[in-house]
Amino acid sequence: MAFVNTKNREIQAKIVYYGPGRGGKTTNLEYLYNKFKARVKTELVTIKTHGDRTLFFDFFPFDVGTINGYDVKIQLYTVPGQVKYDATRRLVLRGVDGIVFVADSMSVRREKNVLSLRNLQKNLKTFNRSIFKVPIVLQYNKKDLAEQGIPLLPLQTLEKDLNSQLRAPTFEASALTGLNVVPTMKKIISITVASLFKELK
Amino acid sequence: MTYMLGQQQLDAIEEVLLHDLFDVGMDCIFLIDMAGNVIANLDNGEIKHDIYSLAALAAGNFAAVSTMAEIVGEHEFSLLFHKGEKESIHFSRVASDFLLITIFGKGISLGFLRLKVAEATEKIKRILEPSVVR
Repeated sequence: MAFVNTKNREIQAKIVYYGPGRGGKTTNLEYLYNKFKARVKTELVTIKTHGDRTLFFDFFPFDVGTINGYDVKIQLYTVPGQVKYDATRRLVLRGVDGIVFVADSMSVRREKNVLSLRNLQKNLKTFNRSIFKVPIVLQYNKKDLAEQGIPLLPLQTLEKDLNSQLRAPTFEASALTGLNVVPTMKKIISITVASLFKELK
Repeated sequence: MTYMLGQQQLDAIEEVLLHDLFDVGMDCIFLIDMAGNVIANLDNGEIKHDIYSLAALAAGNFAAVSTMAEIVGEHEFSLLFHKGEKESIHFSRVASDFLLITIFGKGISLGFLRLKVAEATEKIKRILEPSVVR
């Protein structure tokens, strides 16, 4: 639910990082926050459990700059990935304008990725939204683990499992090292903003 | 799903926040939507709160409390307010998609605050009614 303030010529939109537990959603946000700290000017908000897992969400606002004469402000959120936190995941999804689905490239997490994507589709439906209409980018995370000899899913398998119907832009990434973290964010911002302007026309 | 508010509506909202709440002693008032976007905000310049983080947390908090109400069979919990030593915070839903948040000090009684917030909420509701929700 993006908000267009015609008085200040400002647009606020919400982007949510979704995906299975321990997939790297918070690590994505932490990397971005540290990278753009000077521009953000607020603290990274995190609501975690004692075990350092996301309990509700992580959040920071990101000022993109001026696009088509509007000052664009993006609110970046993560959701808790653990299956049991479905109710809170749904709350964070309310009013979402763009989604980054952070998939875990580890072979052992194959099923969890598929279940989480289905869960996203189901939760969007509760707000009468279709996964095929919301701007979405897929990120295949943890590519760095290949160096440690940990078995990873081949790109073709990830594409077949998660992107055969969506046909969304994808990035092979490592949230830990920062590989393709910024391009993922840039891509979701650009397609979300394009979709907002299309809606406004 | 995007909505747009025009200059007149935003001016009218700020007028309500100023006259009905700020001028009677509230420290900081802001109107947000349930997605956590900030629509209008007003403060006394002394306290520099991080409004965007507050908005995100307030929207999440309100949504969590509403879900708790549903679970125990309530339509909603009508009083949502957190009391602090120096500052307290009060939340009031405006129509179905907006939230009015008021931060106030020890000099304001909760009864007075609720009365003023209820009046302001009605006025803001009328201003928001014609807004474009696509």
